[in-house]
Amino acid sequence: MNYIPNILFVIVLGIGIGYFAKNVKKLIRNIKLGHTVDVSDNRSQRWKNMINIALGQSKMVRRPVAGFLHVIVYLGFIIINIEVLEIVIDGIFGTHRIFSFLGGFYSFLIGSFEILAVLVLVSVIVFWIRRNVIKLKRFWKAEMTAWPKNDANYILYFEMVLMCLFLIMNATDSHFQEMNSGNVISGMIAPWFDGFSASTLHGIERTAWWLHIMGILVFLNYLYFSKHLHILLAFPNTFFASVKPKGQFNNLEAVTKEVKLMMDPNADPFAAPAEGETPPAKFGASDVTDLNWLQLLNAYTCTECGRCTSECPANLTGKKLSPRKIMMDTRDRLEEVGKNIDANKGEFKEDGKQLLDNYITREELWACTTCNACVEACPVSINPLSIILDMRRYLVMEQSAAPMELNNIMTNIENNGAPWPYNQMDRLNWTKE
Amino acid sequence: MSQLIVKTMAEYMAEGKQPEILFWVGSAGSYDDRAKKITKAFVKLLNKAHVEFGVLGTEESNTGDVAKRAGNEFLFQMQAMTNIEILNAYEVKRIVTACPHSYNTLKNEYPSLGGNYQVQHHTEYIQELMQSGRLKIESNSELHGKRITFHDPCYLGRANEVYEVPRNLLKKLGVELVEMKRNRRTALCCGAGGAQMFKEPEKGDKDINVLRTEDALETQPSIIATGCPYCNTMMTDGVKAKEKEGSIQVLDIAELIANAQGL
Repeated sequence: MNYIPNILFVIVLGIGIGYFAKNVKKLIRNIKLGHTVDVSDNRSQRWKNMINIALGQSKMVRRPVAGFLHVIVYLGFIIINIEVLEIVIDGIFGTHRIFSFLGGFYSFLIGSFEILAVLVLVSVIVFWIRRNVIKLKRFWKAEMTAWPKNDANYILYFEMVLMCLFLIMNATDSHFQEMNSGNVISGMIAPWFDGFSASTLHGIERTAWWLHIMGILVFLNYLYFSKHLHILLAFPNTFFASVKPKGQFNNLEAVTKEVKLMMDPNADPFAAPAEGETPPAKFGASDVTDLNWLQLLNAYTCTECGRCTSECPANLTGKKLSPRKIMMDTRDRLEEVGKNIDANKGEFKEDGKQLLDNYITREELWACTTCNACVEACPVSINPLSIILDMRRYLVMEQSAAPMELNNIMTNIENNGAPWPYNQMDRLNWTKE
Repeated sequence: MSQLIVKTMAEYMAEGKQPEILFWVGSAGSYDDRAKKITKAFVKLLNKAHVEFGVLGTEESNTGDVAKRAGNEFLFQMQAMTNIEILNAYEVKRIVTACPHSYNTLKNEYPSLGGNYQVQHHTEYIQELMQSGRLKIESNSELHGKRITFHDPCYLGRANEVYEVPRNLLKKLGVELVEMKRNRRTALCCGAGGAQMFKEPEKGDKDINVLRTEDALETQPSIIATGCPYCNTMMTDGVKAKEKEGSIQVLDIAELIANAQGL
């Protein structure tokens, strides 16, 4: 017997999965560059969120057209994986359609895969048209040029080609066509190959089979370099996302300590720091390593759909702020930091850059109204607002770089307990007016 | 017009009494000329329902919401701890406020700093007063059948998912409630949150309050209702920018209800 195809297959599979695993490790390492954040609260709500939002696509379908098409592609992705399992087993053991012993059920499975494949193909084509012909606004914002724009199209081409290969593979499988059950779509394609010799047909079938599985492996490895990571990260991201009311912003513990000390009448203001005491933390974030790991996971999860930006009041009125760009910048900077660490034997070497100013400008940060529209709009529970707030905190508390008007109102609040320069003793005057 | 009955927590304490609720007036409600009218309208409703309520008066200080959202966590926590000390000293259990920003901060951000209270937005409390029969709305008011659209304040709506209470109150007034295309969780911000109220907007092609006012104008309302003093200012300015102040009023729900009662 000839084992060369089997050996070749195992090697290809090993490389494909091995390289992916290596990048996943890198991904996890990068996410862990973030500060710790407590996500131990309300487990049952977290499971519910993951099941509803990621598995159940509940937020996707709030926009019915894109939502419906996305559900098809998503179902296709999940269900067709059963077929991939068969391909892998066949490839390793040199079998052919190992699951066909299931008989009628097998036909049912393949039949539904074929129908799904066509639906996915149609959906992906519609997606492509929305992006490139109809040119939906959110796909053509300032941050959607060069790689982000191409990346989106490459993913669609990938999916089109994979679906076509799957159908061609089935159509040219003479054994499968002879069974004449389950070939609901490929049976219609098969006649295109009438008149081909048996060996040519077999050659096409084998080529489609190999290209299909290699395409899947390439696509798997493409994920790490693409916005498409959401197909995996949407699950942890919706699980770990905050389960608190959206209006609740975290209270910085480091600040609580200092404020308590300041307000404690017994505290000695001139006391030297106790031995071994860690120096006070940096307040807020100027770079990705100042953010927490959930914010970094958010950044890798973002698939740049732009629903956040399309609902952002600042962006809708022509300001530079785009919540999607905040996430893309965070991810790009994190990747840059990760590469720096890889290139310097595991140690980050100062590169004179940071997230603030090199990626995200102050103008963007100050345009936010903290309205939570972006957080509400995100189909996978990403929170761009928390990053904006942490960066504002850095600007105000580390750099005293708030816009002048805000410095004025903060001084007023400090002095007389209101944003306006009115005397606190006048707080009850409205009762007499 | 009858005199407003307002007592401070200090006065209650001197009498050895504890009021039913603390009315958190807020900085805008205390000082801003437009917001003061909302404060008074709500107090009239409280008086009418014979609610024993206290205010902190000169002991109240800014919640720190603006400072926190501007990035000044220090100032926020100083304000919060100062307020919490006073609230706890008066053993306050329930707080009602007409400002969604105070509402959100008191409700969500004070607990981990030691301030645990039951906090309600004034619309929630008014609804409660109606349900318990302490406050009644005459449905044959002059508002009957008027087109009113409700602008969701971000910190009441998305931030805390209170969408229906203000709408239910409006419906009780017998008005024709019309929705903007962006409503509830997709409602557009008025442009004031996150400390924007106090600064010039960044460069763009439009002001947010004007865009939101355009949303409202599409529904051809005679009144734009809100539940937030900042939204009120922004929408009022938007209506002026569109030169519609002659035909469209911007009113808080408390004002609408107080007017309907002839208060």
